[in-house]
Amino acid sequence: MAGKSKTIKVDYLARVEGEGALYIRYDDHGVHEVQLKIFEPPRFFEAFLRGRDYTEAPDITARICGICPVAYQMSALHAMENALGLMPTEPLRNLRRLLYCGEWIESHMLHISMLHAPDFLGYPNAVAMAKDHPQVVQRALEIKKTGNALVRLLGGREVHPINVRVGGFYRVPNREVFQALHPQLIEARILAELMVRWAAGLPFPHCEQSYECVALSSPREYPMNEGRIVSNRGLDISVQDYEKHFREQQVPHSTALHSVLIERGAYLVGPMARYNLNYPQLSEGVRGLAEELGFKAPCNNPFKSIVVRCLEVLYALEEALRLIDGFQAPDEPYLVAEPKEASGCAATEAPRGLLYHRYAINREGKITFAKIVAPTSQNQKTIEDDLRLMLPKFMHLPEQQLQGLCERAIRNYDPCISCSTHFLQLHLQHEAKRNS
Amino acid sequence: MAADSQLIARQPHKPKLAVWKFTSCDGCQLSLLDCEDELLLLGQEVEIAYFMEASSKVEEGPYDISLVEGSITTPADLLRIQEVRRQSNFLVCIGACATAGGIQALRNFADVVEFTSAVYAEPIYIKTLKDSTPISAHVPVDFELQGCPINKLQLLEVISAFLNRRAPQVSAHSVCIECKLKNNICVWVAHGTPCMGPVTHAGCGALCPSYNRGCYACYGPKENPNGESLCHWWEEKLGADRSTVIENMRNYNGLAPHFKAVSEEKERGQKGKS
Ligand code: SF4
Ligand code: SF4
Repeated sequence: MAGKSKTIKVDYLARVEGEGALYIRYDDHGVHEVQLKIFEPPRFFEAFLRGRDYTEAPDITARICGICPVAYQMSALHAMENALGLMPTEPLRNLRRLLYCGEWIESHMLHISMLHAPDFLGYPNAVAMAKDHPQVVQRALEIKKTGNALVRLLGGREVHPINVRVGGFYRVPNREVFQALHPQLIEARILAELMVRWAAGLPFPHCEQSYECVALSSPREYPMNEGRIVSNRGLDISVQDYEKHFREQQVPHSTALHSVLIERGAYLVGPMARYNLNYPQLSEGVRGLAEELGFKAPCNNPFKSIVVRCLEVLYALEEALRLIDGFQAPDEPYLVAEPKEASGCAATEAPRGLLYHRYAINREGKITFAKIVAPTSQNQKTIEDDLRLMLPKFMHLPEQQLQGLCERAIRNYDPCISCSTHFLQLHLQHEAKRNS
Repeated sequence: MAADSQLIARQPHKPKLAVWKFTSCDGCQLSLLDCEDELLLLGQEVEIAYFMEASSKVEEGPYDISLVEGSITTPADLLRIQEVRRQSNFLVCIGACATAGGIQALRNFADVVEFTSAVYAEPIYIKTLKDSTPISAHVPVDFELQGCPINKLQLLEVISAFLNRRAPQVSAHSVCIECKLKNNICVWVAHGTPCMGPVTHAGCGALCPSYNRGCYACYGPKENPNGESLCHWWEEKLGADRSTVIENMRNYNGLAPHFKAVSEEKERGQKGKS
């Protein structure tokens, strides 16, 4: 009955962070099975956080991901402060936003230049791409360096920063050091605009999807550390209610849990979701450029996420400049609270999307419960859906190309498989009539 | 540390570099991609033959130099590391996971079955070993670069040393010495802040004390550390309780032999007491 059944299998997907594989079974009538298999070994963070001191959560959870450690630190800090009833002062909150700008810049630029761009131009990696497009790669590295410099200044180092603590920072550098970064940020902003223009001109496969986009949103600004959780299909909840609306389920083919919206299933988090929901909060300059290039929100082609990331980099650079210009030294580098039996949660916008943490601590300040929902586990189901919807349109392609396209579809997400605690492998393979 | 000029290889053919990931956060291999100024130069000196995070081009082994990140935590990886060793002329472990089991080795001190069921509703699908172990527990290793994360300049130094066939210059003294070299005020002496600096391997440039915080030993033990003495001082002079002392030995490098021995000794003492 069914036509010749075929499979696509990628055993180890390249240019994503972590370890994963892809398995797709399809025939001429449709796609029968899509499994994004995350096989990165589980690392049990939620389990071994128990018993550790609450002050350690930002340092320990940073180790979940070397690419976006700041995101883990920010969610952990805010959750602990939520538990202890600490309200960081305005200058501290601005400094955290500045640190987050640094991570968005470095992480997005890494993804854009080293993981994503080679796909569009047909190179295996950025070093090979640099031979023919030296300017693009160097420009990207220059911008990334600026992000790194910001993280280094406020965090001490790019990977696993050491300077953030519950209540604030261990030490707040003085105004002059921030000012010294000004020229570099201005320079990077110019380069970032060129980067947006370049990315907008890339050849994109035609692929319009319809997503339920989920992101933080706040009337005050483009979201990073705070806001309500909203969607384009009517969701509007406080972070406290996250677990009432979202559920994680385990699937046999992956070590990462799949997260779903209880009412409706798969949803999208990340740059595109943020962009689509918070477009009016971007600066005029960024919106102007987006409109000029025909990239006004909403953007529903996952391949175009590279442009959205570039626009977010441009925004983060502008925001960093604004925060540095308005720099006000906090009275104290950090606020203190006595530990008490309490629980708290927080969500922030990691470069890859919403990152939710919840903790409970006891009177001695030891963690008794931890729950962490990373962006990749939230997007996993949507990635599988993308492939399911995309594939029928491209089945006429030669197998090699089709497989390449599937891998690209996954890289659109910048899936951080080590954060969902996992990496991807894909094989394309004809299976002679398995139903015969 | 690394001087770019020394990166230049003296080998007749371009050495093949491979980067392998086991259980880890990717932070150490990322340090290589964070070498914005040196990356393209490095690309001219070595052939990036296998680096899944950065390249979809996969070249067959053998490889002249392999960088291994991450610890061994699954049955499949036990076999994979043997293969990596067979394919590699020179094998360098990078980071706390590869050299000392990493943060995930905290499970070694606990019940992994219970851990699995705490995280997953149906633990039956999850294949994981009881312990997380460093690479050296399974295959001979040519060089270990400590740190969580490693220092990228030290990494360049190791690669450069390999290219020039000399020994890597990575100091094995303590973070305290780095503090002195930086003219830092000692957070312990000046503020009574507990600090692991005296027993911790150099490499970060005494980062935490520079930011007014005690070192938490993310670079693992220095050469010939005296952890017993450090614990004594923490407890006697700084009033730290025993569980804090154990926690500080057991975070990112808990399986480093010295830290492991000290924490286990403390744990026995704690049990004896109660
Ligand atoms: S040693 Fe630390 S930085 Fe390196 S991979 Fe392991 S957790 Fe990440
Ligand atoms: S914890 Fe110690 S070794 Fe790690 S960065 Fe801080 S001072 Fe350096």
